[in-house]
Amino acid sequence: MAVILDALVQLAQLLLVLALAPLLTGYVRKVKAHLLRRRGPPLVQPYRDLLKLIRKEVVLAENASWVFRIAPYLIFATTLIAAALVPTFATGLVFSSAADLIAIVALLGSARFALALAGLDIGTSFGGIGSSREMMIASLAEPAMLMIVFTLSLLAGSTQLSSVSTFMQGQEVGLRVSLAMSLVALIMVALAENARIPVDNPATHLELTMIHEAMILEYSGRHLAVIEAAASLKLLLYLSLIACMFLPWGVATTGQGFAAYAIGLGTYLVKLAAAGFLLAVFETVTAKMRVFRVSDFLGAALMLGLLAALLLFVSQSA
Amino acid sequence: MDRLALDVAHLFAGGLVLVSFMLLYQDRMFGLLNIFALHALVVSLSVAWQAYIQAAPHLYITAGIALVVKAIIIPVALHRIIVRLGIHRTIETVVGIGQTMLAGIGLVALSILVMLPITAEAGTLAREDLAFSLSVILLGLLMMISRRNALSQIIGFMSIENGLILAATAAKGMPLVVEISVAFSILVALIVIGIFLFRIRERFDTVDVHALERFRGEQP
Repeated sequence: MAVILDALVQLAQLLLVLALAPLLTGYVRKVKAHLLRRRGPPLVQPYRDLLKLIRKEVVLAENASWVFRIAPYLIFATTLIAAALVPTFATGLVFSSAADLIAIVALLGSARFALALAGLDIGTSFGGIGSSREMMIASLAEPAMLMIVFTLSLLAGSTQLSSVSTFMQGQEVGLRVSLAMSLVALIMVALAENARIPVDNPATHLELTMIHEAMILEYSGRHLAVIEAAASLKLLLYLSLIACMFLPWGVATTGQGFAAYAIGLGTYLVKLAAAGFLLAVFETVTAKMRVFRVSDFLGAALMLGLLAALLLFVSQSA
Repeated sequence: MDRLALDVAHLFAGGLVLVSFMLLYQDRMFGLLNIFALHALVVSLSVAWQAYIQAAPHLYITAGIALVVKAIIIPVALHRIIVRLGIHRTIETVVGIGQTMLAGIGLVALSILVMLPITAEAGTLAREDLAFSLSVILLGLLMMISRRNALSQIIGFMSIENGLILAATAAKGMPLVVEISVAFSILVALIVIGIFLFRIRERFDTVDVHALERFRGEQP
């Protein structure tokens, strides 16, 4: 019985992230538009875009190989699995034992691998630029992410997300400078990974400095729809990751009944709205960096992660 | 209560190491000054917390001196010097920020590895603070050797002094006379360095210390 309930919660979670991701993207765009004193597109615009793109025919480049055609589905599938593994409103999921932080990093890494291959496959110069920049960012962002994972798992004694979340909800966490550092580092990594403003501009296609858009420039129709859905899923994933590890209040645990799930869902939505609002404010007040300064930005994230692990080491051995 | 006291002390000491890294990362003059003021503020908070948990009221005076002299007087004075010299542009570092950061991480790891074994008998708080203060001192030295601009070298020097204060308070405080004389010698050092800066600038039209090396004939 309990297993069935867990499976149902897992399914609900999968559908929830799938349904919520475009709404989050639309919400961030809307807030940004309001901050610039524009009205902005309606909240449901990303859903409309996706529907329209799915109905359109696919235009393939002449020299596109099978890699180019299957990459969007690979990206979407790995990102969806990763997003479904992060506990959003409840921790007792049926795949909780598989919801390992390192597994999530690996899933996102394989999505990135597929995307970079697709960027290289058609042989245009933009795709190549985009792929090489994405790899440069990844080579700094992934070690930083892993250092954050090490810090958290040293504290919680497990790399499983549900255990980390339960640990952070408990009393014995204490006031730790390592946690603050890893939170800042995680936010920096999330900004870089989602191609948000100090690293890349999500709102433009017409810049020589673009990274994510450069790789997907040749995609059209349902392929583009799937890639856009994956991009908004990834944003949702990172925000839920931050929410579940650093703001785990209200998340329901196993067998707490329907009311706890409802509370969990409500607090999750509030957290997402707050995080999306802060993201929009941050993007409005910050200028985009030169591409060559991105290594400094992510180097600082890596440094924070390393420092967090080191300081934790001191406080545990002292 | 005891656990919370330890956690807050850890937070301040770790925060000081973090601010030292921010000093290494920042390459603009006014930003550097603001972060230095933050550095001094964190030190005085940390000392005040130590005064509270060790029930040692004379440490409050140390915290007050750190706050007034190093978080207010010295940043304001340096701000005026920068404006007078007209050097509020970007400062150049000898090696890149990335390498400096990596070297800094290495120094922090080194000081932890050195300090934790040799202080095995001391209390938890003293061990932690000693390890952190050694890393603040080493980071200050790193800042002094990795920057060319005389003003950022001064800021590195002052941050070393903050690390020394942290070490002294962790080891049950130093006598007040010593603390006051150290504070005054720092002020005197500031005055001497200020005059020195204007002299370098008069002579070479720059505050880049490489000009001195060229003048001595050490570099072609």
